[in-house]
Amino acid sequence: MPRYVVPRQLVYPGDPIATTDYEVSGPVYIDNGRYRSWCLGLVEVRDERTINIVPLEGTYRPKVGDTVIGYVTDVLAIGWELDVRAPFSAYLSVHDAVLKPIDLESVDLTTLLNIGDMVVARITDIDVTREHPISVTIKESNLGRLEGGTLVEISPVKVPRVIGKKGSMIGVLSMLRCDIIVGQNGRIFVKCGDVRDEAFLASVIRRIERESHTTGLTDRIKETILKYLSERGHQ
Amino acid sequence: MTKAPPVPLLLGGKRSDGRRPDEVRPLEMEIGVITNADGSAVVSYGRTRVVAAVYGPKEAHPRHLALPDKAIMRVRYHMAPFSTKDERKNPAPSRREIEISRVLREALEPSVFLEHFPRSLIDVFLEVVQADGSTRAASLTAASLALADAGIPMRDLVIGVSVGLINGTIAVDLNSLEDQYGEGDLPIGIMPNLGHITLFQLDGSWTRDKLVEAVRMAYRAVGEIYGAAREALKKRYFEAVQEVT
Repeated sequence: MPRYVVPRQLVYPGDPIATTDYEVSGPVYIDNGRYRSWCLGLVEVRDERTINIVPLEGTYRPKVGDTVIGYVTDVLAIGWELDVRAPFSAYLSVHDAVLKPIDLESVDLTTLLNIGDMVVARITDIDVTREHPISVTIKESNLGRLEGGTLVEISPVKVPRVIGKKGSMIGVLSMLRCDIIVGQNGRIFVKCGDVRDEAFLASVIRRIERESHTTGLTDRIKETILKYLSERGHQ
Repeated sequence: MTKAPPVPLLLGGKRSDGRRPDEVRPLEMEIGVITNADGSAVVSYGRTRVVAAVYGPKEAHPRHLALPDKAIMRVRYHMAPFSTKDERKNPAPSRREIEISRVLREALEPSVFLEHFPRSLIDVFLEVVQADGSTRAASLTAASLALADAGIPMRDLVIGVSVGLINGTIAVDLNSLEDQYGEGDLPIGIMPNLGHITLFQLDGSWTRDKLVEAVRMAYRAVGEIYGAAREALKKRYFEAVQEVT
């Protein structure tokens, strides 16, 4: 049965990919015995029978276990409402935020987290029947409130490119010796000793987003960072 | 329709703007023209020019509008006060605009996987900045390009085109003169990959044969417009590649 695409081909919404006897993953749907793409994407032929479509555009779809960066949008009676760039609001309860029990009558929740604060959180549950469908926790290592630093927002479908195959891209980025936290929702937090490094790193991340569909990107980024490091060394 | 047109609509097989009856006006499309929006596009069919902006999927407000199993889509078709040729258009949404908004929403809904986003809202804004006939057809194309740019899952793009009857001859992509003085108008929305029709409106009086021929012509014209739409989406990505490699 036929395959309708070639490697690295650009597919548009509705384009046929292959018949259903192939294994096709990514943003696809089945129509009349054929896989069709549901968004703009690039074809990746893994082997004879498996094809993956890499989306070029897309919105964040929350999944349980995702690490996300969110903003506090409201302080409620026993928790906080967060914006995690999903179509639904997220809820962080006091229980998932503090290690020791606190007395809710005497402690003002705004002293812990206030509106506008940035947090790294992990999604623990999604239930669309609730008022706040996403539940998150910050009671794990590497989670919690973020202070200082710079936040870069990119398209959520480009997040795998910032991490790279087996973390290759993030390895290149860490040559700058900065703290980098990548949220699955496309928010990336960077914090460096020098603010100029932060601005440079942010520009590099935006470039990865812009050129994510090109080949040899990791090498080009590495070159840019090495050049920046040597120039900075001379100052 | 009682008055005679100021210029002959069809003379020696050519239309008033020099086109053949089966010829589409020059097309111009660009993606990502509004950076504030999640997706945007501008589409021109000749002098008709429509800007589309898509926001979402986002939380549905007011809450009581949200549906438990799928997203709701809100479409606003609006003509700018400066878009018309003669008289300034009143900027308040008219009966006609409210109706077209609804018609376009119903033409777009079959193409979008609304069930992927329960309880959410997708906002589609369509602003006609210059009107010269076929505004709803151009709006449909612009809206689906903007939705694709926003990365909203779609079964296919929806391409709009109008077919009309002028002096008994079938013609595609009517301009405002032909729309005003022609005998019939058939705006149609087609999903080109799947071949499905999502918008089908008709006025005037048509014979059965003429209608069948008109739909056939619409499919041909949509093929051409769809090619331009694909090119526009491609340009957004692959011009950048040429620069770096």
